[in-house]
Amino acid sequence: MEQTMIHHDSHYDPEASKIGMWLFIFTELLLFGGLFIIYSVYRFMNPDAFHLAAKELDTTIGAINTIILLVSSMTVAMATSAIQNKNIKLTQILLGITVVLAIVFLVNKYFEWSAKFDHGIFPGSEHLINDMSKGEILFFGLYFVMTGLHALHIIIGMAFIIFVMVFVAKKKVHPERYALLENSGLYWHLVDVIWIFLFPLFYLIT
Amino acid sequence: MQTATQIPTDVSFLEYRKYKGIFNWILSTDHKRIGLMYLYSMMTLFFVGVALGLAMKLELIAPGKTIMDAQDYNAVFTVHGVIMIFMIVIPGLPAVFGNFLLPIMIGAKDVAFPKLNLLSWYIYILGALLVIASVLFGNGTPDTGWTFYAPYSFKSGTNLLPAIFGAFVLGFSSILTGLNFIVTIHRMRAPGMTWLKMPLFPWSLYGTAWIQLLATPVVGITLLLIILERVFGIGVFDPALGGDPILYQHLFWIYSHPAVYVMILPAMGAISEIIPTFTQKHIFGYKAIIGSTLAIAFVGYFVWGHHMFTSGMSGTAQYTFSILTFLVAIPSAIKVFNWISTMYKGSISLQTPFYWAASFIFIFMIGGLSGLVLGALATDIYVHDTAFVVAHFHFIVFGGVGFSFFGAIHYWFPKIWGRMYDTKWANTGWLVFSIGFLALYSPMFYLGMQGMPRRYYDYLEEFHAANILSTLGSWVMTFGLVIIVINLVRSAKHGPKAEMNPWNGKTLEWTVPSPPPVENFEEIPVYGEKDGPYEY
Amino acid sequence: MSNEKHHIVPYRTYIFVLLALIVLTFISIAITHIELADYTVAGALILASVKTFLVLTFFMHLKFDKPYMRIMVGFVLAVFLAVIIITFLDYYYR
Repeated sequence: MEQTMIHHDSHYDPEASKIGMWLFIFTELLLFGGLFIIYSVYRFMNPDAFHLAAKELDTTIGAINTIILLVSSMTVAMATSAIQNKNIKLTQILLGITVVLAIVFLVNKYFEWSAKFDHGIFPGSEHLINDMSKGEILFFGLYFVMTGLHALHIIIGMAFIIFVMVFVAKKKVHPERYALLENSGLYWHLVDVIWIFLFPLFYLIT
Repeated sequence: MQTATQIPTDVSFLEYRKYKGIFNWILSTDHKRIGLMYLYSMMTLFFVGVALGLAMKLELIAPGKTIMDAQDYNAVFTVHGVIMIFMIVIPGLPAVFGNFLLPIMIGAKDVAFPKLNLLSWYIYILGALLVIASVLFGNGTPDTGWTFYAPYSFKSGTNLLPAIFGAFVLGFSSILTGLNFIVTIHRMRAPGMTWLKMPLFPWSLYGTAWIQLLATPVVGITLLLIILERVFGIGVFDPALGGDPILYQHLFWIYSHPAVYVMILPAMGAISEIIPTFTQKHIFGYKAIIGSTLAIAFVGYFVWGHHMFTSGMSGTAQYTFSILTFLVAIPSAIKVFNWISTMYKGSISLQTPFYWAASFIFIFMIGGLSGLVLGALATDIYVHDTAFVVAHFHFIVFGGVGFSFFGAIHYWFPKIWGRMYDTKWANTGWLVFSIGFLALYSPMFYLGMQGMPRRYYDYLEEFHAANILSTLGSWVMTFGLVIIVINLVRSAKHGPKAEMNPWNGKTLEWTVPSPPPVENFEEIPVYGEKDGPYEY
Repeated sequence: MSNEKHHIVPYRTYIFVLLALIVLTFISIAITHIELADYTVAGALILASVKTFLVLTFFMHLKFDKPYMRIMVGFVLAVFLAVIIITFLDYYYR
C-alpha cells in the first residue's frame, strides 16, 4: 500500500518527519506511562490516604490550568491551518497566544508549588515525614514528580514553538514547508493529553 | 545531504574526505562511518568489560580471597554488567551493523535522519563517559549490580548518581536509533521492495526498534526516580516512606526483559542472512521467520515478571508470567527449525561466518532450553540467584549475541573494509573461542544446580574443581578473542582486496562495490515482480 | 506525496472541539463532587479518555492521516494498557 508513494528525494519528506515525531511522542507517553503505573499501584494500595491528600490541592487552579492548556492546544492547531491558508500573520499571532498561555500556565504552577512549600509540603520535608501517613507522602512525592516533569515538558514545548516562530519569521517555515510547525503542534498536544489525565488523578478524586 | 550532486560515486566511503583528520569521522553523518564509530567505541569498552570478567574469574579460581575482597568484587560485577549490558549488547548489532547495513539492504542512500543518527552516537559516548566517571571519581565504585535494585541503590554510599544517569542517557541514544530505523524502513525502501520483500535483518531491526522505542522510556523514568529518591527522598520506592521496592523491580524488568530481545532479535536477523548465503538456498519459511520475529518482540514485552518469581509477587502473577514465558519459546523454536530446514539439501560451504552461525544455533539452544528451567516456577525457586542463572544468560546474551556478532563481522567484513581476512586464523579463532566459551560457562550450570550463589566472591570447598575449569575456560576464550581481533584488525589494513560479492549473496549490499561509495548506490535499485532477497 | 493536497481543517472545527473539551472538563469536575464511591475514579478516567480521543482525532489530525498512523497509536495504547493489567495481576491478587 505504501510503496507507491515512496520517493527518494531525501531533501524534504514531511511524512517521515511526522512519523518520527509520532514515534517520539510514543516514547514520551511511555515515560509518563511508567509514572501512571506507579500512581495506580500506590493509589490501589492507599485509597484513603490519596483521597485525603488530594483535598490539599486546589481544584480551581487545576481547572483554570486545564482550560489554559486546552485553549493553547486549539491555537497551535489553528496555526497549522493558518499557514496552510498562507496567512503568515495569523500563524504568528496564534503561535504567540500559545506561548503566552504556556507562560500563564507555568506562573500558575509556580504559585501552586510555592503555596505547598509554604505549608511545609515538599519531598523530604519534616511536616510530610512526621505528620502524614505513608500514602500521603507517596501522593505528594508523585504529585511533585509528575507535575514537575509535565512542567518541564511545557518548557520544552514552548521552546519548540518559539523556534518555529523565529523560523516562520525567517521564512524557513512557509506554506510549502511547514512540517516543523505541525510537529511542534503535535508535541504540544501531547503535553495537553498528559495534563488531561493528571488533572482528574490529582485534583478531582477528593 | 543537501549537496547530493557533488558527492562522487566512485570513491569509497572510507576514502572520501570532507573534513580533516578525525573530523572526517566525528562530524560525518554517513551511516557507514557512524556504524564504524560505534564499532570502535564499543570494542574499546568491550575490552574493559572482558578485563573485569577475567578479574572475576581469577578471583573465583580458589575459595576465599584470591585477588580482591568482597566490596571490590561487588564493584567489579556491577561495572562489568553495566558496561556489557548497556553499552555493548543492547546497542551492539543495531548500532553497528544496523547502521552500516540497514540503508544499503533496503536500497537507500542513508537513514531517514542522518544528523539525529550522529547525535545518537554522541549521546552514547556521553552515557559511557558518565558511567566511567562513576568509577573514577567520588567515594567508591557502584556496587549494586547492573540492576540498581531499590532500596539499596539509594541507600548505598557509593558513587551511583553518574552511573544511573549514564544508563538513562544510554537509553536515550537507543531510543533515537530505534526511531531512526523505523522511519527509514517505512519511508525509504527501494521502489518495488514491499514489506514482504525486505531482507530478514532489516525485519529484525524493525521489531527491535519498536521494543527500543516502547520499553526504554519505562526504565528511563524508573532510573530518574531512583535519582530523585537519592537526591530528594520522594519515597516512591522507599519502604520507610510507603514505597514498594517490588514495584521498582516490575518497572525495571518491563524494560530490561524486552531489552534481551533488543539484543537477540538482530542477532537472529544476522543469522538469517548468513545461513541462506552459505547454503546458496532460499531461506526456509521467510514469512514464518518474520512472524516469529514480531511475535517474540510482542510477547517478549509481557514476560518481565519471570525475573521476580522469588520476590513475593502474587501467585496469579507468577502463573501468568510463567505461561507467557513458555510462549516465547515457540517463536524462538520456529526460527531454529527454519534455519536448519534452510540447510537441508543446500550446498553448504563451510566458511568462517557459517561456523559462527551454526555454533550460534547450538549455543542458543542450550541457552534457550536452560531458560525454560528458569521459566518454570518450581525449578526457578531452586536455582534462582545461583550460578545457573549466570550460565543461562551468558549463553543467551554472550553466546547468542556474541556468536552472531562475530559471525556478522566475518560475513560483512569484506563489504565494510573492502579487504579479506585470513580464513585459517579466523577459523582457529572461532574454534579456540568456542572451546573456551563452553569451558567457561558450562560448569556454571552444574555449580548452580549444586547451589553456588551468584555474585559471591567466595565459595565452599566442594565447588572448587568446577570453578577451576571455568577460570581456565575464561583464559582460553580470551585467547581465542585475541586471535580473532588481531586477525581482523590486521586484515582491515593489509588483507587482500575483496571482490564485490565474495560469498555470492543476493541481498542488496552485495550489489554495491566493497567498500561502498558514500551514497551507496549510483542509482537507487528497483525491485521487480520477481526480485527478492533470497532468490538463488 | 509532498505534492498531494493536504487537508486543511477549518477553524470552526477546532472551536467546536475546544468547546466540547471544556464542557467535558466541567462535567468531570461536577461528577466528582457527587459521591459515587468507587465509580468516581472510573467516571473521571472515562471522561479523560474521551477528551484524549478528541485531542488525538482532531487536534493531532489522526482523522486526516493515513490509517497506519491510527493503527500505530492504537497499538501503543493497547500495549500500555496490557502492561498495566499485567502489573495489577500482582497487586490485585497479592
